[in-house]
Amino acid sequence: MALPEAAIFQGLSWNLLSDLQQLFSYGFMVNALEAGTIVAVMAGVTGWFMVLRRQAFAGHTLSVIAFPGAAAASLAGLPLAVGYFSFCGLGALTLAGIAGSRRSHSSESAAIGSLQALALALGFLFVSLYHGVLNSVDSLLFGTFLGITGDQVMTLLAVAAATVAVLAGCARPLLFASVDADVARAAGVPTQLLEFGFLLVLGLSVAATSQITGALLVFALLVTPAATAHQLTSRPLLGVMLSIAIALAVTWLGRARAAFSIYPVGFYVTSLAFALYVVVRLGRALSSRTQTLAPPAEAA
Amino acid sequence: MSHAPAGSAAHEPSEEDQATPVRAATAVTFERAATRLGGRTIWRDVSFSVARGEFVAVLGPNGAGKSTLIKAVLGLLPVAPGSALVLGEPPGAANARIGYLPQRRNFDAGTRIRGIDLVRLGLDGMRWGIPLPGLPRRRREAKQVAEVLELVGAAAYARQPIGELSGGEQQRLLIAQALVRRPELLLLDEPLDSLDLPNQASIASLVRRICQQEQVAVLLVAHDINPILSYLDRVIYLAGGNAIEGRPHEVISSETLSRLYGAPIEVLHASDGRLVVVGQPEAPFVHGDRHGPA
Ligand SMILES: Nc1ncnc2c1ncn2[C@@H]1O[C@H](COP(=O)(O)OP(=O)(O)O)[C@@H](O)[C@H]1O
Ligand SMILES: [Mg+2]
Repeated sequence: MALPEAAIFQGLSWNLLSDLQQLFSYGFMVNALEAGTIVAVMAGVTGWFMVLRRQAFAGHTLSVIAFPGAAAASLAGLPLAVGYFSFCGLGALTLAGIAGSRRSHSSESAAIGSLQALALALGFLFVSLYHGVLNSVDSLLFGTFLGITGDQVMTLLAVAAATVAVLAGCARPLLFASVDADVARAAGVPTQLLEFGFLLVLGLSVAATSQITGALLVFALLVTPAATAHQLTSRPLLGVMLSIAIALAVTWLGRARAAFSIYPVGFYVTSLAFALYVVVRLGRALSSRTQTLAPPAEAA
Repeated sequence: MSHAPAGSAAHEPSEEDQATPVRAATAVTFERAATRLGGRTIWRDVSFSVARGEFVAVLGPNGAGKSTLIKAVLGLLPVAPGSALVLGEPPGAANARIGYLPQRRNFDAGTRIRGIDLVRLGLDGMRWGIPLPGLPRRRREAKQVAEVLELVGAAAYARQPIGELSGGEQQRLLIAQALVRRPELLLLDEPLDSLDLPNQASIASLVRRICQQEQVAVLLVAHDINPILSYLDRVIYLAGGNAIEGRPHEVISSETLSRLYGAPIEVLHASDGRLVVVGQPEAPFVHGDRHGPA
């Protein structure tokens, strides 16, 4: 499963068309691209709301919880997806419980942090118990696009369609509750229910994304594209669209580039996303500097 | 225990009010109402009423229960014992006809949402389903948002991220958000807090204008009465678990406040017309005296 891909593809030929033909001539590669596309759309939408709600820490914890989930599934001889979805779902319920019972932010993040440590320890335990092919730890943590079956693609598609449909249907109340909870509550928006529901959606998205990027690189798709989109625009609909577009672009480019390289796909996807984020931040910093410098002799 | 229902009898429904039966003549009526929070009675025996088009201030020291009163009007906290009627219904039932601005809400620079979107959420933020652009209803709503932005004078900066605006600009947008559904009752919890004096004056006169133009009942919580004194119809003064309601100069007098606090209080009349209350544990009426969040 974790074959070096250079063994399959003989390097870039500088002929884009033949490169693409080469890519698509393998069924598993088509599956991988389909799965990547589905996950990128879902992560782009969910991530935009997660960044808006400042729940990146909760998102990161869920992705760490994905690791023992996958390890436990391999240990029990179950499909990895079962482990990812059940652990992330349970993790989301736990986080919702923590958020519901704690009133202060500091004790909430401390509790979430402890959960994260526990998840990593469990993952390590399951991996040590599993004396089989240990190099699969790599793909649990850092992902592999290969070895994705048509059935898995269908599962991902169903989860992604449900997630995106729920988020679209709840878009306005969720946006309201995220930026202005007190007023939303007074206007009759069920803010508590939305908070709970969003954590579940986040858990599903993390579980699905982990299957592609591995538990540790979930953020390449879930946070970085969304954070870049928030930097680029403060318009909600445009922001979600940009977030999806960036997640798709880095997935495709990273995937395609990795196919002709000995370096893993997670490295390319993550670096591309990060590079784009840095460029956008720098661009914004520069433009706001020129703006503040523009009126030259303004009285303080 | 000791409350003076001065003024409440003056707001019996007139014939004019009864000609439009949809809108209740009195926006808010509390009768001998009490509220408990965490096992403690915050205030009791509170009676007052607010009529349409009336501008009423809620005053009192920190922790007196002013925000609690606003939340009780919204039905977010129960009123018991006693009775409360809001826009002709029990508290909470008519919230769609209420505009609400909670206490101390400012958005830091990281809040990447435009003012206009926030105002829009006041109109359709409680609606489920996918907002399809181009529908007649969406266009009508966009027009409504544009009108309210014009009304509060926030049109010029409504398309900037709200986190990048000044406190006064944010406050205008938040008032626009509270107004956008054309509410019959406006609940403003310390809208003048953290604003400089010129901004306090302009927000106060804006509220007065809206109150008259749109015949909205306004309940405004304030720390300092002076910026709003000339615009007010009546005040509700909360202290020591009780409340006194009446015209501003009746309530803010040495005699009435001494009775409310059960301690000697002196109200000084400054030469510029400002009122300064002396002798209470805290002195919320003195300019520049700001307290932490309640
Ligand atoms: N959730 C709560 N549980 C218990 N006590 C509370 C709660 N919220 C506020 N209080 C208390 O109720 C009192 C009134 O609070 P509040 O209405 O916010 O005062 P104000 O707005 O007049 O400053 C305060 O003493 C405060 O400590
Ligand atoms: Mg308060």
